[in-house]
Amino acid sequence: MELLFDPAQLSDFLGTTLRLSIPIIFAAVGGVISERSGVFNISLEGCILGGAFGAAVGAFLFGSPFGGLALALLCAGLAGVTLAVLGVSLGINQIVAGIAINILMLGLTAFLARLIFGGEATTMTLPGFYPIAIPGLSAIPVVGSVLFNQDLLVYLMYLMVPAVWWVMYRTPWGLNVRAIGDYPRAADTAGVNVQAVRYCAVIASCMMAGLGGAYIVLSQVFVFTEHMSAGKGFIALAALILGRWNPIGALLAALLFGFFDALQLRLQFNSPEVPYQIFSMLPYLVSILALVLLAGKVRPPAAIGTKFERGAK
Amino acid sequence: MMLKGIELFYLLRPVWAVLLALVLGSALIALGGVNPLAAYKELFGGAFFDYYGFANTLVKMSPILLAGLAVVIPLRAGLFNIGAEGQIYMGGLLAAMAALYLPEIPAAIHIPVVIIAGAIGGGLWGFIPGYLKAYHGINEVIVTILMNYVGINLVSYFAGGPMMQEGAPYPYSEEIAEYLWLPWIMGGTDAHAGILFGLGLALIAWLTIRFTTVGFALDTVGKNQTAGRYAGINVKRQILVSMFVAGAFAGLAGTFEVIGLKFRLYHLFSPGYGYDGIVVAFLAGLNPILVPLSAFFLSGLKAGAHIMQRATGLESTVIDAIQGLVIIFVAASLAFRFNQSQWKRILDRRKSMERQLAEQNAGAKSGSD
Repeated sequence: MELLFDPAQLSDFLGTTLRLSIPIIFAAVGGVISERSGVFNISLEGCILGGAFGAAVGAFLFGSPFGGLALALLCAGLAGVTLAVLGVSLGINQIVAGIAINILMLGLTAFLARLIFGGEATTMTLPGFYPIAIPGLSAIPVVGSVLFNQDLLVYLMYLMVPAVWWVMYRTPWGLNVRAIGDYPRAADTAGVNVQAVRYCAVIASCMMAGLGGAYIVLSQVFVFTEHMSAGKGFIALAALILGRWNPIGALLAALLFGFFDALQLRLQFNSPEVPYQIFSMLPYLVSILALVLLAGKVRPPAAIGTKFERGAK
Repeated sequence: MMLKGIELFYLLRPVWAVLLALVLGSALIALGGVNPLAAYKELFGGAFFDYYGFANTLVKMSPILLAGLAVVIPLRAGLFNIGAEGQIYMGGLLAAMAALYLPEIPAAIHIPVVIIAGAIGGGLWGFIPGYLKAYHGINEVIVTILMNYVGINLVSYFAGGPMMQEGAPYPYSEEIAEYLWLPWIMGGTDAHAGILFGLGLALIAWLTIRFTTVGFALDTVGKNQTAGRYAGINVKRQILVSMFVAGAFAGLAGTFEVIGLKFRLYHLFSPGYGYDGIVVAFLAGLNPILVPLSAFFLSGLKAGAHIMQRATGLESTVIDAIQGLVIIFVAASLAFRFNQSQWKRILDRRKSMERQLAEQNAGAKSGSD
């Protein structure tokens, strides 16, 4: 209760909420693009992990967080290419392809990280991004420092979410994506290159999830650990359903999950005598509950999960 | 004849996928600064041709085999059970509870009770996503994965809280009574009878799917739900039952880890066996009778990995990367189906071309004479 009345504590809590939400926001909003084009992206988890790995390796090799960012986008993008080849071109069940990519990323990043970082993997601190306060805005009580004393990736997210919304709902390309997700044959008849749009959507989607992974490494922990994505990609999948396949909705849903994650951390902190795992499961439970409450009330893109082949009946 | 050969080539797709993964894996091994041939020799020699190594392969095979079946069975009906990991944990939890907290009863009753408790623990963890899928249309992939995290955390909570042995250095429960332990099957090693249960269940699963109406109904639902409904199959019940049975199999995997190997409930006791089950299932082409084979292979990789690490200094996680390559290639190979009519056309065309060539050559020969 004191949480609500003490501005410092409230601001701290909101900051934690935002911090924990950001990887989920990146992945969920990315997932919206892919799924609106009719491709399930179960590999968001692997893309977050790939992004985290790329970010760590890039920051390590180039000594700069921007090098990390570039390599994060590359690694996650490659995962996206793999998903597109398997799920869009070869027409393999997209869920199978996504699961396969997740398992590949898990093993590959674990091995390569040990190869590259050796034994010092968990002790070294990588270069990262640091908060930049925006003059004026960051002075607003409580929310000012939460929203406007952040690092580059957070500001990027502020720009990205409206940008994705604008592209999806206000540009011809976005219309194509949405049309392909619902009725690819009609889009094809209208002269849209279905496969090309799906490739772009899937790769963009994975790169955005990769940014989420990069954020964890470059802005939060400054180190790569095996399986550090820890299910965030799957929570993002729940968030994009809860957000009804809309970027703004996905953002709000991801913030909700971040809120519960922050809440469980506070509960852990306040009751050290209870094993913390009982609280750790809260975000996952809330995700399941959200899916249950929403069941039957949301409609996924009509053509999701199906292969499109020109001229096929 | 040629056609049969080509068909066989297609049938062996998983084998080619594995070979390709091993070839690419050797590049990873070389990247680690180790001679790939030497590494593979240590790996496979240690896993399959060494008494203790072989026993270790069987130890890992027990949960991986059962997890593989837990993925195969619902997938026959078109459902993705990514939740075997959580089901393993819940099975282990309930089995450990039944082993530790039931009042004294004769061993002949207590042992089956423990095993059934484990099966029910996992079964319920599979039933919940099955129910949500059947009655609310909720994507089972997401629910089963999220439930993994809940299950793993629940076990950590119990092993580190209410069930924790007093003064234990890290979360584990009291030891279970010795009369509940599974018998060992190889003297002087950890290999336990859990694997025999697994093999028996694989056979039963295969017979059921191959020869009974239950199995036929399962496959029909997987191929075409609408057709299944018109044929009078209760699709919802198929979903519920297959997910419960799958969960129960995974639950048994967890149970045998507790009563066959560790004899306590440890936190984090499964290093991802549930996810290995996914690889095993696809490697076996969703055929229960092939699951033991693919589980044997994968367990060998895992058991051999540590021997290889000790012998060559190469990180054993390379096996996780190779395992990832295996599933990617197996998945990609799914795109290449054997198309008999197409291949027949190609072969016929080739034959007629050869005939024409032969005729022309014969004509040319007679012309030059």
